[in-house]
Amino acid sequence: MRSIMWGVVIALLPVFAASALVFGVRAIMAVLVTSAACVATEYVIQRFFLRQQPTVDDGSAVVTGMLLAFNVSIAVPMWQLVVGAVVAIGVAKMAFGGIGTNPFNPALIGRAFMTVSFPVHMNTWAFPREQLVSLGVDRPTGATPLGKIADALELGEPLSAIAAELPSHTELFLGTIGGSMGEVSALAVLIGGAYMLYRRLIPLETPVVFLGTLALITGVFWLFDPESYADPLFHILAGGAMLGSWFMATDMATSPMSRNGRILFAAGCGLLTAVIRLLGGFPEGVTYAILIMNAFVPLIDNKLRPPRFGKGAVS
Amino acid sequence: MVTVKTFPMGGVHPPENKLTADSPIQALDLPDEVSILLGQHIGAPAEPVVQKGDKVKVGTLIGEGKAFISANVHSTVSGTVKRVDEALDAAGFRKPAVVIAVEGDEWEVHIDRSPDLVTEITATPEEIVDRIKTAGIVGMGGAAFPTNVKYMVPEGKQVDTLVINGVECEPYLTADHRLMLEHTDEILVGIEVLRKALRVDRAVIGIELNKPDAIEAMTQSAARFPNIEVYGLKVQYPQGAEKQLIKAILDREVPGGKLPLDVGCVVNNVGTALAAYHDIQKNRPLIDRVVTVTGTSLPNRGNFLIRVGTPFARAIEAAGGMADDVAKVIAGGPMMGKAVPDLNVPVTKGTSGILLLTKAEAEQRETVPCIRCSKCVEVCPVGLEPYLLEKLARVEYWEQSDEHDVLDCIECGSCTYICPSNRPLLDYIKLSKVKVHEMRRASAS
Repeated sequence: MRSIMWGVVIALLPVFAASALVFGVRAIMAVLVTSAACVATEYVIQRFFLRQQPTVDDGSAVVTGMLLAFNVSIAVPMWQLVVGAVVAIGVAKMAFGGIGTNPFNPALIGRAFMTVSFPVHMNTWAFPREQLVSLGVDRPTGATPLGKIADALELGEPLSAIAAELPSHTELFLGTIGGSMGEVSALAVLIGGAYMLYRRLIPLETPVVFLGTLALITGVFWLFDPESYADPLFHILAGGAMLGSWFMATDMATSPMSRNGRILFAAGCGLLTAVIRLLGGFPEGVTYAILIMNAFVPLIDNKLRPPRFGKGAVS
Repeated sequence: MVTVKTFPMGGVHPPENKLTADSPIQALDLPDEVSILLGQHIGAPAEPVVQKGDKVKVGTLIGEGKAFISANVHSTVSGTVKRVDEALDAAGFRKPAVVIAVEGDEWEVHIDRSPDLVTEITATPEEIVDRIKTAGIVGMGGAAFPTNVKYMVPEGKQVDTLVINGVECEPYLTADHRLMLEHTDEILVGIEVLRKALRVDRAVIGIELNKPDAIEAMTQSAARFPNIEVYGLKVQYPQGAEKQLIKAILDREVPGGKLPLDVGCVVNNVGTALAAYHDIQKNRPLIDRVVTVTGTSLPNRGNFLIRVGTPFARAIEAAGGMADDVAKVIAGGPMMGKAVPDLNVPVTKGTSGILLLTKAEAEQRETVPCIRCSKCVEVCPVGLEPYLLEKLARVEYWEQSDEHDVLDCIECGSCTYICPSNRPLLDYIKLSKVKVHEMRRASAS
């Protein structure tokens, strides 16, 4: 179990490196703060509230801490990150009984809590590769790629009119764009994902079906109206789709137990992400898509069981 | 031509550790005393037909299996019956046994001890089934189910194939491997004997691909038997489980709660085929078996031909003795075998291996919470949900355990083996099975 959790930490290192390259030393600081806050919260609850042997060395709180930082903007003040970490571990994980028993992904609950509690900072997006050595929050900001196309859609502007402001697919892939700290580089996520597949820490079907469903639905809209909607590859590479599908929809505790269940779960994540992005009020929907599907996991586990041996053709 | 087949779902690949694959079978010296259990098989124990002071020879009947599911027991040595009372079995229970002091090695006269191969089968199918019962032959793979019962096909059931199990998928064990190499022809004639008894035209043998020499030997010899086919099977545990083996070779699925008979087959181990050969062609009842005595701490580990009733301690001594760091002695293999409570428990017809694990090898890591990694679901060859069955057992929800098909579990242990949180899943599942059986019996009465 330890090796699984620390394996995920290793898989997150390329993402960590990308966030540092794009946003500078403040990103490193943020990851250290959230990880430390998550570990400390878990330790305090186990040691003083539950009076049990702390198990923070299992690595799971570090995973939550890293993911929480990767899911928020570099513009978020450190104290808000600490609040998010306390909610992620204290409310979303420990209140439900600790590791393995939490129904919702702790990092995403932390992020959702921060989004409604600190809307200004959570929606301020810094430009990439600016003030790399600064620890401060005061930096040039602007909308994310997904934010730009959402604004254009709302204003009825054709995408061709803002084409110059949108990043190329290559920039999206490498991550030299604005956005949450760990979301920007699809390449970094893929390197980590490949490592997790090699170590058999995640099932391949979850990211493939998640991204496939997202591409399918955004692709249909794009084919009908390419002036209003971005192409499917843009949707896969922009925002949190990559990080969410590889690192959060694959969270063992909060995803289904059977292969068929995981396929349905991932398809639901892709569908909801597309619906929120294309039709909803937020430019980005990965967080809520995964959290909503987390709520369906007990139902999916109950209805989509693994095929039984001997329940087949024989009379 | 060897075709690679396997079962479709689940399975694991534990380290094979076949340390004794190259050790030829050697006969273990006779002990001073044997304790022959009267209940070595599944079913009712045999009833003793000897008394204290009786003189017996090798092959003398000492216990009679009178119930429908039971088996005869023969003396495995010559000597004097010391007492008819009880002995500790491998599970740690005191069970009825006949204790015999060994004097010389005199065999019943009707037993043909010559090494000549007798290929012509003169016995009729009825005679074969009858004599298999008389000779006390039980499944040699480990379960020790009385063989003759499998051959009493109920009215209305059609059987078309005899499946012979040479898979030996348990790590460490090499007894069947050596039998197939050293007694190839006898096994094939034994298969012909069983095939005749079953009145079927087809016999298939499954052997895991980690025994290429056995596959080659069996395939070569089988060329002379047009009704016998040899299949190489992927090295994947539990390839040798009855239902998985049938699925792998014949692509037939035995439903939960049903028997191989329900899909037209009977499964027997290669060791059982050899026992059938000895019985029908040589008049020799089941009195000994090959046991893999193994472990990294044993310098002279190997495959020993051991008379039933010999204490484990004698076999361990012959293999090099107990090292100081041995922590566990297992009857069988590491996946499905059971730790024995005492070194003087006797070898039975079902003892396939004696495995010594050192302290380091037997160490159980700390159990930590389930993280729902779903590996147990992935590896279950029956398609069960071990994590859920464990949870249900912990809160004693036996009805729900039943609904989730806990009784279909074949107890292969793949779930416990794979669990990254080191949870004793199979222990809980075994408990559930007992409780569900109790519950069903209570509601039936």
